[in-house]
Amino acid sequence: MRQYVSKQNRALLSELVRTDFKLRYQGSALGYAWSLLRPLLLFVILYVVFVKFLKLGNGIPHYPVYLLFGIVLWNFFNEMTVMSLGSIVGRGDLIRKIRIPRWIIVFSSSLSALINLGLNLVVILVFMLVNHVDLYRTALWLPLILIEIYLFALGLSLFLSAAFVKFRDIGYIWEVIMQAGFYLTPILYPLSRITNVTLQKLLLLNPMAQAIQDARYSTITHETGTIWQVFDGGWYYLIPFIIVAATLVGGLLYFKSQADSFAENI
Amino acid sequence: MDNETAIKVDHVSKTFKLPHEKNNSIKGVVVNFYKRKKTFETQQVLKDVSFEINKGEFFGIVGRNGSGKSTLLKMIAGIYAPSEGNIHVNGKITPFIELGVGFSPELTGRENVFLNGALLGFNRKEMAAMYEDIVAFAEIEKFMDQKLKNYSSGMQVRLAFSIAIRARSSILLLDEVLAVGDEAFQRKCFNYFETLKRNKKTVIIVTHDMSAVERFCSRAMFIEDGEIKLIGKPNTVAAAYSRSNDENYKIAKVEKIVEEVPQETYGLTITTKNDRGISTNKFTSNDLMTVSLAWDNPEVNNASVTIIRQSGECMFGTGTYQDKFEFSLHDKVDYEVALNLQEGEYYLQVGLGREGQVKPVVLINNGPSFVVNRDKSDSRWDGFTKLKHEWKQ
Repeated sequence: MRQYVSKQNRALLSELVRTDFKLRYQGSALGYAWSLLRPLLLFVILYVVFVKFLKLGNGIPHYPVYLLFGIVLWNFFNEMTVMSLGSIVGRGDLIRKIRIPRWIIVFSSSLSALINLGLNLVVILVFMLVNHVDLYRTALWLPLILIEIYLFALGLSLFLSAAFVKFRDIGYIWEVIMQAGFYLTPILYPLSRITNVTLQKLLLLNPMAQAIQDARYSTITHETGTIWQVFDGGWYYLIPFIIVAATLVGGLLYFKSQADSFAENI
Repeated sequence: MDNETAIKVDHVSKTFKLPHEKNNSIKGVVVNFYKRKKTFETQQVLKDVSFEINKGEFFGIVGRNGSGKSTLLKMIAGIYAPSEGNIHVNGKITPFIELGVGFSPELTGRENVFLNGALLGFNRKEMAAMYEDIVAFAEIEKFMDQKLKNYSSGMQVRLAFSIAIRARSSILLLDEVLAVGDEAFQRKCFNYFETLKRNKKTVIIVTHDMSAVERFCSRAMFIEDGEIKLIGKPNTVAAAYSRSNDENYKIAKVEKIVEEVPQETYGLTITTKNDRGISTNKFTSNDLMTVSLAWDNPEVNNASVTIIRQSGECMFGTGTYQDKFEFSLHDKVDYEVALNLQEGEYYLQVGLGREGQVKPVVLINNGPSFVVNRDKSDSRWDGFTKLKHEWKQ
């Protein structure tokens, strides 16, 4: 463990994250503000379409904040996996010419996404205050839920970034999976809109669906379905956590097995 | 490994898989799996290389393009993993082999200094402390807040070099640094080398500049086709390298001239076999090799086989006529020879002759080639062939 947090690794990690941030909004007039503006603008569009026209959110208190929170969490997951996926190949110049721990590259793009998430959560907080959302004591669970999402995304990122070195199709496939995942996760529509209980159960086995619902439940409103309500006892609600753990371990092992040959395969 | 050794390269081989068609799509994999066809070639870049470098040595590696020297350096740096064998490094080694790795054209000079410093393992505080010195040494104070893409290539190299020399490692790897920069920069490089030598750092340098090898290196190594050809004094190695360049040039010329001779082939086939009769082109020194010749013209009544080293020297050549061997069959003959040869690559020259004709009627100038590896049970010796010898007292 000592070697992973050595002074050199920390210095390298902080420089890589810094570089990521500097380069990302390079040359745009609003710069960092785009990190906040992007999810807000997406939120406005979805809000107008789904809340005002389609009236999906009836019956859920604070639906706009509820919607924005879901979008922010999903965006984090999407951004982190997509950015990490291309990170090893994108840093090919470094990998082919210099010996640095390979995982640092994936880790640094995950940190960039994490920083973005932090900024977005501040926006959520502001919205919650404006909407007079009562703060529940269950909000204390939120950090744990965020950690779950992060670990899930990290496992996928490790796997995807290593596989992308060999198979460039992964980029397109992942894009499609993320599109499908966005609609298969109750982000835009309340879970209660799905009347078929079996389908509800199936949807909630997805760790992202479970995490987003839990996050909303703990922080915004108790009037939303979570996995332990839907399954009503039993051990099934552990399945998403098992999936997260398996993804993380699988991702780590695969990345480790491939890391030595990145330099020659890129 | 004792304490005096800085780097030990122990029987290292490196093989690359070269896809015929870059196969990085899933469809390609599925289709190929289905067809069960290999769509890659393996290329052995380094073949069983072993050597040691002592602490404080200035070690030069020379060789032609594609001889495997950069691959070797990358493996020492830990960028590539060896396919076989081990590399032991005793001490802190610089992680990079080229100048300016990781420079980002969209960042300013200042930002790049910090990024590059991080790649060398320095944090911001340490970099801030030496920032002034780095900039002064590179002589580009005025440009530090400009984006790197607006720098001239000379400025980029100067900046990269002045960061790189800050590395606090005991072993340094340098690949072709001398090829870039103007004379003033080269002088700076040379001064830096002198400093390194004085400070007893271990330096491994890959270069084509023989004068630099002779001037700085305490020992040098000549690699050809992924094998060590020579390790020794810098001037010997430099001379061997220069000579091999000339020789390769000469052979290329000679081959063009020889082409006048016979056009006939008589369906001649040449096969090299080992002592178990299995067709192969890999041998070990002292192995028995059989060259099987077969043809389809009954008028042939003599044959000759010559073994030539890839660098052009004739090792040994003889024929049935000289050896007074009478043909009883007129469509094939076997030639058995003990390969008392130095390790290396060789090829065969084969001729067929007819009664009453001085010149061969069939002459294959560039026959099959084969490799002779070192017999590991045997001690090392110098020269082309192992003569029968004995020590007496």
